[in-house]
Amino acid sequence: MKFKDYYQTLDLKKDASQDDIKRAYRKLARKLHPDVNKSHDAEEKFKELGEAYEVLQDPEKRAAYDKFGSNWQAGQDFEPPPNWDAGFEFSGGGFTQTDASQFSDFFESLFGKSSGTSHARGGFHPHEGFQARGQDVHAKIVINLEDSYHGVQKTITLNRPVVDQNGHVSTTPHSITLTIPKGIMEGQQVRLEGQGSQGMGQGKSGDLFLEIAFTPHRLFTIDKRDIHLLLPVTPWEAALGATITVPTLGGSVDLKIPPGSQAGKKLRLKGRGLSSKINSGHQYITLTIVTPEPTTDAQKKLYEQMASLMPMNPRSGLESGSA
Amino acid sequence: MPDTIQPCMVIDETISCSLRQCCSLCRINAQMIHEMIDEGIISPTGDSPRNWCFGASEIKRIQITLRLQQDLRVNLPGAALALELLEKLTALQGRSQNT
Repeated sequence: MKFKDYYQTLDLKKDASQDDIKRAYRKLARKLHPDVNKSHDAEEKFKELGEAYEVLQDPEKRAAYDKFGSNWQAGQDFEPPPNWDAGFEFSGGGFTQTDASQFSDFFESLFGKSSGTSHARGGFHPHEGFQARGQDVHAKIVINLEDSYHGVQKTITLNRPVVDQNGHVSTTPHSITLTIPKGIMEGQQVRLEGQGSQGMGQGKSGDLFLEIAFTPHRLFTIDKRDIHLLLPVTPWEAALGATITVPTLGGSVDLKIPPGSQAGKKLRLKGRGLSSKINSGHQYITLTIVTPEPTTDAQKKLYEQMASLMPMNPRSGLESGSA
Repeated sequence: MPDTIQPCMVIDETISCSLRQCCSLCRINAQMIHEMIDEGIISPTGDSPRNWCFGASEIKRIQITLRLQQDLRVNLPGAALALELLEKLTALQGRSQNT
């Protein structure tokens, strides 16, 4: 287990006031909230922030945590000393509404686990006759463009909080295999009924919502269902026309470049984007012309011949007077 | 132990929910839906609550609104503004990526 520097997480010094902690948390929460921050690690960072705030916003927990002083560095291997929390009165209570089941082992080893405060909205303790449906869980699932193009089976592992009869929470890893259909788009969701947090009493489990995100692709960019590729061609391929092998998500295909093509020309490969059962996506190829650098006299002469044989002014549109 | 494949529902552009289904999916009451419509956060198709149809984008906007309310203590007009700005930002990022 690694030591966690909660002050570092909140970008604060150890002598920060409770007001400083609140302000730093609110500012960072706005910045790191997974709905606002699209980076793939935002969810993880937001959870770490919640955990740091959970400890530092509570003077009792903070005082206990501060006992470790500055001897520990973030990431250092850590085991709490026995009876380290003697004299502090937070065990088993005083949790905020943050979902404590998401906290780290480090947090749990120091402060224990919350008594099911947040697994069903309202924070009730289970008792006989009481039931509440478990919370929905929202998570991101990162796949690559090829997965969406073909459809894919994915197994994910989630730490699922389980509440026992006494209301104690423990987390157990839980694997779920699901089929992600062909043509799924970034931002779309997959809902797995009953795979969210466990309910209380006879209450049903919540649902799991997985939002699709794509890993950046080496070659392609994506706009909804359409795949875009910038294709470098030589001046003679563009001028004379050519058949060029181009990559697509479904493998290479031959593409005909018409004679007289200019840089920026867009060509379409029908149905080569992210197509679902009812909607088609296409691949768009934009030409970029790469000019060979003349290094020998003969090569330079060839350019000069071109200049005299094919005089042209590509800047005619820029001349004064033209609108 | 081999995993069994969990059945799942894809919330994509083919989905169309009634008010009741939308409330159940997002776990909110109809009053909250009405408030979000009044705030311009969602615009279901259909001329009356009985005929309202909620699509994937409505469902997602409701879910984001609920999370912003819960995690950042944003009120409804604030969530509406955040959603608009986030959508503009996403569009701009997409445009700059594809040029």
